[in-house]
Amino acid sequence: MSEKNTQLKVSAIKDGTVLDHIPAQNIFQVIDILDLSQALNPVTIGVNLESKSLGRKGIIKIADRFFADEELSRISLAAPDATVNIIRNYEVVSKKKIDLPAEVVGIAKCSNPMCVTNRQAVTTRFKTVKEGEKVKLLCHYCEKTTEEFIPLRH
Amino acid sequence: MHKNLISIHDFSKEEILHILSVAREMEANKSQKLLEGKVVACLFFEPSTRTRLSFETAANRLGARVIGFSDVANTSISKGETLKDTIKMVSNYVDIIVMRHPLEGAARYASEVCDIPVVNAGDGANQHPSQTLLDLYTILETQGRLDNVSINMVGDLKYGRTVHSLLQAMSHFNPSFCFTSPAELKMPMEYKEFLDTRGIPYTETASLQKHLRDCDILYMTRVQQERFNDPMEYEKVKDVYRLERAMLDGVRPNMKILHPLPRVGEIADDVDDTPYAYYYKQAENGMYVRMAIIACLLGYK
Repeated sequence: MSEKNTQLKVSAIKDGTVLDHIPAQNIFQVIDILDLSQALNPVTIGVNLESKSLGRKGIIKIADRFFADEELSRISLAAPDATVNIIRNYEVVSKKKIDLPAEVVGIAKCSNPMCVTNRQAVTTRFKTVKEGEKVKLLCHYCEKTTEEFIPLRH
Repeated sequence: MHKNLISIHDFSKEEILHILSVAREMEANKSQKLLEGKVVACLFFEPSTRTRLSFETAANRLGARVIGFSDVANTSISKGETLKDTIKMVSNYVDIIVMRHPLEGAARYASEVCDIPVVNAGDGANQHPSQTLLDLYTILETQGRLDNVSINMVGDLKYGRTVHSLLQAMSHFNPSFCFTSPAELKMPMEYKEFLDTRGIPYTETASLQKHLRDCDILYMTRVQQERFNDPMEYEKVKDVYRLERAMLDGVRPNMKILHPLPRVGEIADDVDDTPYAYYYKQAENGMYVRMAIIACLLGYK
C-alpha cells in the first residue's frame, strides 16, 4: 500500500509572481498592502505552511502579474525575509530578496499616541533605520521612533 | 533660509548662528517697522501665556499686526474642525502662522498643508525650537561664545523637551555636560548615545551640590506634573532640588543660571538678586529671538 501523500499541493502558475517566506502571521497584511483583495487575476494564498527558517510561513502566488520594485518594497516591513520569484512558462526566471525602502509612506502606524497622525487624517511617513537585524521607524511628524511595525488599518 | 521653523534639527549651525546675529540686531533696536502691513497669526490650540505674549510682542515690535486665539474653547475647533481646515483657512488671511498644538508633529503637518511660513511654538512634548534658539542666544550673550561651554542640566531630564533640544543644538559647539537628576528622571539613553557618537563628554549625578562649581551654565528645569501618569511618582520627585543663595559660594564668576520658566520651587527667591541669576533676561531674550525668527522667515535677510 502506498504512503499517503502528506505534501500540500499548491498548483503551479504559468506566468506571474510567487512571494515566498512571508511570516505566517503577516500574510494578511501583505495581501492588504499589495491590495490583492481587489485583484482579478488568479491568486493562491497559503498560510501556516511549514518552513525551516520561519517555523510557519505564508506564500502568495499571483498569476499574470509582475510588480515594480517600489511596489514590492512596501511589503518589506511585514515580510523582511520574503523571496520574490518571477515565473515565466512554469520556470523560475528570477529569484530575489526585497529591499528596505529609505522611507515608508502610508503603511505603518506611529506608536506614539500623541502623534498627529493618530488623531488627524494625516498619511504616516517614516524614515527606516536599520539597526542590525531590526528595522526602526523614525516618524516624520512627531520625531519619535517606532520599534515594532504596526500596520495601518485600511 | 528655510521657509518654516518646525524642528531645531532642520537648521544647520550656520542657519542657527544667522538667526542669533539677527536677534542681536533686534536687541540693539527694539522697535523697527520691518513688517509694517504684514499680519501674523498666533494660533494657540493649547494655552501658553508666556510663549504667546512673547511672540505677539515680537510681531508688534516689528510693526506687524496680530490675529489669533489663545485657546480653542470659542473656535470652530471645538465644533470638530480639522487642523488642516483651520490652517488652510487662516493661511489665506495672513502672512505667517505661529502655532502651538498639543499633538506632536502638528506644526510639521500644518506647514505641509499651507503655502505660508509656519513657526512651531511647541508641539506637545516634541519640539519648541524658539526656546532652544533663545537658550543658545542667552548662552552666547553670557559667555561671549558658544564653543567649549560646560553646561549642568538639572531636574527633569527624562521628559523635559527643552533640555533634549538644547543638548542636540549645542552638539554643534563642542560642549561638555553634567546631568543632575533623580534616578527616576535621568537623561534617556538615546540622548546619551547621541553624545557618545559625537564624542561629547558628560557626567551624571543625583547631587545638585556636586557640579555647581565647575559649570558655566546651570540650566534648571521644573519637574512638570502634566508629564507624569502616576501622581505618586510626581510627589516623590517634585521637590527634589532647590537652589538657594548659600549654595552659590565658590561658583565660577561667569556662571549663569538659566530656567525656561515658570519655576515652582526649584530656585529660591534669594537667588534672584545674585549676579548669577539670568532667567528674567533669558525670557526677555526670547522676544528678540522671536523677532528674528519672524523677520527671517518673512524674507528679511
